Formats: sequence, C-alpha cells, structure tokens
Amino acid sequence: MASDALTPSSYISHHLTNLTKPIGEGAFWQVNVDTIVMSWALGIIGLGLFWLVANKATSGVPGRFQSFIELMVEFVDNTVKDIFPGDRKFLAPLALTIFVWVFLMNLMDLLPIDWVATITHGLGAPAWKAVPTTDLNTTFGMSFGILILILYFSFKVKGFGGFTHEMFTAPFGANPALWIPNFALNLIELLAKPISLGMRLFGNMYAGELIFMLLGLLGTIASFTLGGMIAGAASGLLTWGWAVFHILIIILQAFIFMVLSTVYIAMAHEGH
Amino acid sequence: MNINATLFVSGITFFLFVLFCWKFIWPPLINAIDERNKKIADGLNAAEEGKKALVEAERKGESSMKEARDRAQTLLADSERRANQIVEEAKAAAKTEADRIVASAQEQIEQEINKAKSQLREQVAALAVSGAEKILKKEIDAKAHADMLGQLKAQL
Repeated sequence: MASDALTPSSYISHHLTNLTKPIGEGAFWQVNVDTIVMSWALGIIGLGLFWLVANKATSGVPGRFQSFIELMVEFVDNTVKDIFPGDRKFLAPLALTIFVWVFLMNLMDLLPIDWVATITHGLGAPAWKAVPTTDLNTTFGMSFGILILILYFSFKVKGFGGFTHEMFTAPFGANPALWIPNFALNLIELLAKPISLGMRLFGNMYAGELIFMLLGLLGTIASFTLGGMIAGAASGLLTWGWAVFHILIIILQAFIFMVLSTVYIAMAHEGH
Repeated sequence: MNINATLFVSGITFFLFVLFCWKFIWPPLINAIDERNKKIADGLNAAEEGKKALVEAERKGESSMKEARDRAQTLLADSERRANQIVEEAKAAAKTEADRIVASAQEQIEQEINKAKSQLREQVAALAVSGAEKILKKEIDAKAHADMLGQLKAQL
C-alpha cells in the first residue's frame, strides 16, 4: 500500500511477504519476525486468559468467565476422551493448547489486511503478515512437534525394541526380505502425518488470506465513477461474506488440527 | 512461504506453550471441574436421602399418632366403665343403708308396741285386782295370787 506504484502483483506479493531478519548465512538462517511476534503474543494472550482463571479456579459457583473457560476445557477433555480412553493428563492440555493457539492465530485472518498493513507501515515495518498460520514455519513447527511426541510415546509405550520391531515387521510380515518395504512404508506413514497436518492448516489459511487479498485488490480500483462504485461495493460485500464463511473455517481448522494431533498420538499408543 | 529457521522457533514455542498449559493451566481447571461435579453428585445424593428420611419420619409420626389415638380411646372406655361401676356401687351401698335404717325403725316400732302392750297389761291387771278387791271387799294378798295374776296377764 505504501509503495508509490501500486500494481496488482505488487499488492498481492507485498501482503505475502514476511518481515524477515537474517541470523546467519544463507536463505535458511533467517527468522520471520512477524510470525514469531504474532504467535508469541497470541499464545501468551490465549493461555494467559486460561491461566488467570486457573489461578483462582473455584469448585464452588463459577463466575461467567470461569464458566466459559470451563466450557472450553470440558469440550476439549470430552473430545480427547472420545478419541483416547487412556490417561489424558498430558494429551488433553496438549489438545487445549493447540486448539486455543491455532484458533487465535487463525482469527487474525479476520483482521482487515489493509488495516494491518497501514498500522504496521506506520510503525515503520516494511512488511507484516498478521496471520502466523499462513506461514508454513508455524504449522510445520507444530506438526513436527507432534511427530516428536508420536515418536516419544511410541518408544515409551512399546519400548525401543517393540517400536523398532513394529517398524520393520508391520504391516507385511516378519520375513527378513520384507523388512525394507515395511520400514519404507512405515517411514512414509510416519512422515505423512506431520506433513499433511501442517500443510492442511497452512493451505486453508493461506488460500483464505489470498481470497481476502483478491477482494481487497478489487477494492483498490474503487472510485467515484459508476464502475468504481460497483467495484468498491462488490469488494466490501464479498469481503464481508467471505469473512463470515471464514469464521467457520478458522474454528474448523483449529478443531481439525487438535483432533488429528490427538488421533496420531493415540495411535502411537496402539500396536499395528 | 519459504521454510527457514522460524521453524525451530515455532517448534520450541509450541512445546513451551504445551508445557505451560500441562503444568499450570490444566490441573487446577480440571480439578475444580471434577470437584464441583463431585459436590453436585453428593448434593443430589443428600437430597435423595433427605427425601427418604422425610417419608420415613412422616410414616413414623403417623403411626405414633394412631397409637396415641388408640390409647386415648382405651383410656376413655376404661374410665367410663370405671365411673359406671362406682355409680353402681354407690347405688347399692345407699340401698343397703336405706334398708338397714328402715329395718331398725321397724324393730323400734315393734319394741315400742310391745312395751306399750305390757304396760297396758299391768295396768289392766292392777285394774282387775282393784276391781276384784272392791268386789270382794276384802284385801287380797297380791303375793298369794301372783300366779293367778300372771296367768291372767298372759291371757290378755
């Protein structure tokens, strides 16, 4: 928005640019400051609200805010209980964290993109992506965290020998000639989980953000001519409609991420 | 959309948030919920017990009321019977007394009559003796004729 010559492609690509800061040599060794700041801020706000309530949680008559928080806690607890009937002392808070955090990060998608751009430019940042989940680093950061947990629980439940045995003998059989195919298949299965998990969330949010941008692009040609007015009205209406629809998507994606993470970790507790 | 070192930051952030939630948020909340559930269950149980106790107390109260009523009824009947008995006894005693008084009065009357009769006899005998004295113009020894006078008296 701030650039002097605004073309459609510069508008789109500008909104898709992260604010990066190099921390070493090469393209890999740099961090997306906007993603980190936003995800930290949202996580601290979301968990902070829960923490405030948890600190003075009473088993007596709860206040309205505590009731709301407990509603979320019970919702997550029941969802996890349906998936994994075992000990959920760790699994349920994990699911709650994912749900709250991903939901809040997705929620940033509903902030009007040009407002965010205007404010951050005013503060001197050359680029700012407000939605951390449209950054593949965030979604993969979480989904590979889930992979680590899958491996941890697999080793914990089945033991090193048991898990290794399973990796080489399931699903085809224990014949030594089948060890390599078994292992390859299991490896693909294991890696497909975090990749699909991260890609699904990223893809949904990225596509949603892109549509907001296209509708916003329509708004940039608004003017006081007849065609310009039609374009402006259409941009506003369609953005509003897409935002309403997007409310569903952001909750749904947060829920899906939570449920699939729980399912994967629950599966790690079971043998093939 | 390039993968870069942010990946590690996000992963570590994720774990930190999960650990924080696991240690500091989840336990107090779920404990409060479980505790409240238990309290509610206990309260419902207590209410159920109370209801049962109330029914039991009502039943007990009713039975003791019935017992008291029965007892009162028995007492009333007893006392009535007793009163009747006393009245009857009093009546009987009064009748006996009256009979006795009447009998003694009769006896007295009879005695009076007899006394009057015997006095009359003696007077008649004296009269007769004096009459005979006059007739015979001669003193009659009362002692010598006592037997005869006695017989005369008996005949009267």
